[in-house]
Amino acid sequence: MPGDLKEGRIVVVGASLTGLRAAEKLREEGFTGSLTIVGDEPHPPYDRPPLSKQVLFGEVPANATALPMRRDPEAEWRLGVRATGLDTVGKRVLLADGEPVPYDRVLIATGTRARPWPNAQEAALDGVLTLRTCDDAALLAERLAAGPRRVLVIGGGFTGSEIASACRERGLDVTVAERGPAPLVGALGGTLAKLAAAMHRNHGVDLRCEVTVTALRGHGHFTGAELSDGSRVDADVCVVAMGAVRNVEWLAESGLAAGPRGIACDAGCRAFNMYGIVTDDVFVAGDVSRFPHPLFDYQLLSLEHWHNAVEQAEVAAHNMIHPEPLRRPHLAVPAFWSSQFGLNIKSVGVPTFSDHVVIAQGSLEARRLAVVYGYRGRVTAAVTVDMAKSLEYYQDLIETAAQFPPVAGASDRPPAAEVPIPSDVPDPSVLYHGPTVALTGHLPDRRLAMMRPAV
Amino acid sequence: MQIVVDLARCQGYAQCVFLAPQAFELHGEEALLCHPAVPDEQRERVRQAAAACPVQAILLGEAVSRGAR
Repeated sequence: MPGDLKEGRIVVVGASLTGLRAAEKLREEGFTGSLTIVGDEPHPPYDRPPLSKQVLFGEVPANATALPMRRDPEAEWRLGVRATGLDTVGKRVLLADGEPVPYDRVLIATGTRARPWPNAQEAALDGVLTLRTCDDAALLAERLAAGPRRVLVIGGGFTGSEIASACRERGLDVTVAERGPAPLVGALGGTLAKLAAAMHRNHGVDLRCEVTVTALRGHGHFTGAELSDGSRVDADVCVVAMGAVRNVEWLAESGLAAGPRGIACDAGCRAFNMYGIVTDDVFVAGDVSRFPHPLFDYQLLSLEHWHNAVEQAEVAAHNMIHPEPLRRPHLAVPAFWSSQFGLNIKSVGVPTFSDHVVIAQGSLEARRLAVVYGYRGRVTAAVTVDMAKSLEYYQDLIETAAQFPPVAGASDRPPAAEVPIPSDVPDPSVLYHGPTVALTGHLPDRRLAMMRPAV
Repeated sequence: MQIVVDLARCQGYAQCVFLAPQAFELHGEEALLCHPAVPDEQRERVRQAAAACPVQAILLGEAVSRGAR
């Protein structure tokens, strides 16, 4: 009875990009029931990518990145209210502040938060910051504008690299401490990590690789950090850019397959419970989800990507209001971008799902290239640096499981295109932060469901 | 009015930069940065920029109002 699914009560937990786009899609596809959107931040949905770029350059205020609506979702917004639990039997979302909200179907889109510095006392020093929310960005931008002597960035992933780039843009001295052999190595592998390291150094970043930060120092105010190689970095600001933590703690009692890697769901965005049985009324989308993808051996992917948030939100919304035969799978090829040190880095597919790469166009020396990633003889990913127009071609190769190395397709194909080299993707456990796209495994020795005892 | 650009779709044609330089700029060769909040007097130019995008990566619209309940 499709008519019934377009009525009733839907609650969306999470009021960021995923929550907003899902809500719009529900209305667009004819949902006429009541729609409630719960978000723990007090702000209406806003766009996060500018927070590590324009906002840190001082060009755009942190509170100016509100997302435009595609249409008014005619929702009741409960902003600044944290969800504390999901009662899947009584079908209610429990809130920190206020009566539980009953639902017929619920969408979980609670995303991630910045991984905090593990030592709480050191993390509490004035000047030790993270970057995830617009409030974080406002504070960091203010500190950068005050002209610190030096900024220490812990972690050379995308966020850490973009912060370092913004510091140099503002003429500030910056040190990046990266546990791996080079920045971005966890996401892009060895070849492009070499380019990333060169970009940091050419732009005057004091880049320290294969070191860990062992202690943050200061009395009230942060004054510097100790590194594992015995050196010390004196700085006024420390940005902890050690990746993200999925917001799943509130689901500990829910009986869902929720764990540190996210909430497992099927390709139609329906959540699994902890026994691996798919639920009927609980849907998941965005950074907090992990879902099987046929292009990547049906392993569960977890992505921290803007593009995935939008695509998956739309599939989830469609499926929430359509009966089973009309439901759609979420099959979008992963895609992300980063801009740093004046370079535009774009990726499609899953670069970490690779054994070899070729430089298919351009060169590292030119700082303009397309790197194609292969796994067991087929193309699984491509990354371009200042070559965005080429990316669509490689996406087509990924979608059609084309052979790797790819056959000649570009007129500016260098000799390197014939020479596959190891993709050199390190074990994520040796890095500060995982890649922003991770295959979370389907082997029996890896646990998909994680039961947590009540505290 | 607010802007968001789908940068997974953007290919750096930079038509928007020519049409509404106060709202869009290139950082380096092809990394696009925008000023998400559009002042009233720039609305028309920004609308033209969005319409001219060859890959239709620019979305314009109103923000969810603050204090929405």
